[in-house]
Amino acid sequence: MLALEKGLIVQGDFRLEAEMRLEPGRRYAVIGPSGAGKSTLLAALCGFLPLARGRLTWEGRDITDAAPGERPMTMLFQDNNLFPHLTVTQNVGLGVRPDMRLSAEDRARVASALERVGLTKHADKRPGALSGGQQSRAALARVLVQGRPLVLLDEPFAALGPALRNEMLDLVQALVSETGASLVMVTHAPDDVRRIAQEVIYVADGRAESPVPAADLLDNPPPALREYLG
Amino acid sequence: MAGRTLSVSTFTGISAAALVVALILAALLAVISRAEWGGGLTAADWAAIRFTMWQAALSALISVLLAIPVARALARRHFRGRQVLVTLLGAPFILPVIVAVLGLLAVFGRSGWVNGLLGWLGLPEVSIYGLQGVVLAHVFFNLPLATRLLLQGWQTIPAERFRLAAQVGLTPGAMFRVIEIPLLRQIVPGVTALIFVICLTSFAVALTLGGGPRATTVELAIYQAFRFDFDLGRAALLSVMQLVIAGSAAVAALWILPEAGFGSGQDRPVQRWDARSGLPKALDIVLIGLASGFLLLPLWAVVLRGFVGLLQMPDTVWVAAGQSLMVAAGSILLLLVIALSMAGWIATRARGSVEAIGLLGLSASPLMIGTGWFILINPVLDPALLSLPVTALVNALMALPFALRILVPRLRDTVQDFGRLSQTLGVRGRWLWRWVLLPRMAPQIGFAAGLTGALSVGDLGVIALFADLERATLPLQMYRLMGAYRMEAAAGAALLLLAMALAIFWLCDRGGRHLAGT
Repeated sequence: MLALEKGLIVQGDFRLEAEMRLEPGRRYAVIGPSGAGKSTLLAALCGFLPLARGRLTWEGRDITDAAPGERPMTMLFQDNNLFPHLTVTQNVGLGVRPDMRLSAEDRARVASALERVGLTKHADKRPGALSGGQQSRAALARVLVQGRPLVLLDEPFAALGPALRNEMLDLVQALVSETGASLVMVTHAPDDVRRIAQEVIYVADGRAESPVPAADLLDNPPPALREYLG
Repeated sequence: MAGRTLSVSTFTGISAAALVVALILAALLAVISRAEWGGGLTAADWAAIRFTMWQAALSALISVLLAIPVARALARRHFRGRQVLVTLLGAPFILPVIVAVLGLLAVFGRSGWVNGLLGWLGLPEVSIYGLQGVVLAHVFFNLPLATRLLLQGWQTIPAERFRLAAQVGLTPGAMFRVIEIPLLRQIVPGVTALIFVICLTSFAVALTLGGGPRATTVELAIYQAFRFDFDLGRAALLSVMQLVIAGSAAVAALWILPEAGFGSGQDRPVQRWDARSGLPKALDIVLIGLASGFLLLPLWAVVLRGFVGLLQMPDTVWVAAGQSLMVAAGSILLLLVIALSMAGWIATRARGSVEAIGLLGLSASPLMIGTGWFILINPVLDPALLSLPVTALVNALMALPFALRILVPRLRDTVQDFGRLSQTLGVRGRWLWRWVLLPRMAPQIGFAAGLTGALSVGDLGVIALFADLERATLPLQMYRLMGAYRMEAAAGAALLLLAMALAIFWLCDRGGRHLAGT
């Protein structure tokens, strides 16, 4: 379980308070108006922004000051999820070992992850030679081999068309349920929430609320959320 | 509060920067401790200071005044070969000074082409030695630089301005007043200051074309005090003077110095509707022709005479060529280690640190550093033994500001784009360099290495202080041949040196781009 206690994130004039417990194997959607701090929250969980106050623990262990690579999570960003100068195999390989010294067993893991996302034929291509959907699949293959208990998505599929985006979300959902990882995804679309999330973290007015069951919240939204959803 | 950024090479970067500062400071302390303050400056020293300032001012003014119409012509004309010409404007940067001097001698020298023409017309001959020769050579090197910088400025004028100007039917004269004068007012001071500072510390030009009581620069006076009188005290005093002059000029000019860009991209001419009539068009064509001739004729002369001279070169030339290659390789290696560590540190910090280091490089004259290190080494070891390593090191230091300007922006972008991804993956330290930074920066590293190698292989500076008969680089050997009036052999050596400088640049630049897979 990942627990953020009395968290405060400060970025210039911007302040965001957050308190939450994320259970293993659950899928969370982070929603809220633009500029409310959804990406900031993810960046803080991942270790890119230091907490001004509060404590982050993973299964009781304090990871408040741990480096991003040493946390039990991995994140997909809005862009730059793949190194353009490396092949798909190399990109996925870095997820297994950051020094890229891959054993035969490691290579097999990379190959099976690529097979799982349907990229075996494109293994030796560089990202520039792939379509947007294929690039997303390659990034997901990397997430798969990293095998972290938490997967954070900061709208990595925003540039894809609606059909492709749904396809990717379904793939993500399938992957996390296979690995038992928790999923935390930023989204703007209520449809995404219904499609994939079990719980919702609502971020607005300098606060990230504790997760509440998605169905309850969407069927019976508080006034501020009702206004946001329109 | 800033986010947690990727730490690339903070410790090694600070160490490298400290090493650079220490190397320069040690030289400075050595010259200060040895300088003989008692006698003060002689009349000859004052003459050298006056001449240094005067030739630098004249060179800067003439370069910029000539560059304005040439840059305007290039900015408003489309023609075949324009791209090549704009690229060629960058060539003097990697052209060995002594090679250019030999080419200028072939065109403007006593028995050169220009004097041949003047003699045929029954006019008196012109001399290339003295003030006019020094200024001529500086204009040869800096007219292209000024043209490039001004051209970059011209291209910042939005195309909409020209569309608007065409709609209201501005005449070329009105266009100049309304659009181009305000632009020039912005760029010209910086470009002039930059060239002024560059010309203050120029040595090889003064060595070959200056000299005598009326045309000695401070840099040349250091060399003469050192080489002819072996008066270390006076050389040291002059070095301090040189540092004061160049340093204060660089500090004074810092706030107007332009960002010297090296990129050859975005030099597409904008569509313009003015100056289409016969006269301005003819004038532009003449200007572009004259400027190209001024740049290309001396090089052409080097190639023509060089082929004849190649057969008459003594073996010492080949030995010197080999030693030059080693010096260049050493410089490249040193530069990459220093510049990459420093870039790794600077790129993850807030902006602003690069300028300070560039300032250090501009104001520290190579001969000052050379004199200082000679003073430090001399009691312990025969300095000639270290002539090649010291030359390689000083050349690397001279190339450092340029290398940082090439490397830092790319590294900064790479960290910006891929820092978080690398952190998520836990790619750190040498693996970060191996898998992320070096591949992303390969074109810039190749370019910086090429510039350094070409600058180093063609440099005639510190080596002239340290060298003995056995240890000489190719530019020094060539200078010795010229001094012995073996002009054919010198021409052969010049062609060899030119080929080496271009080949080193081309190989490194191409190699980097090849590695990057573009």
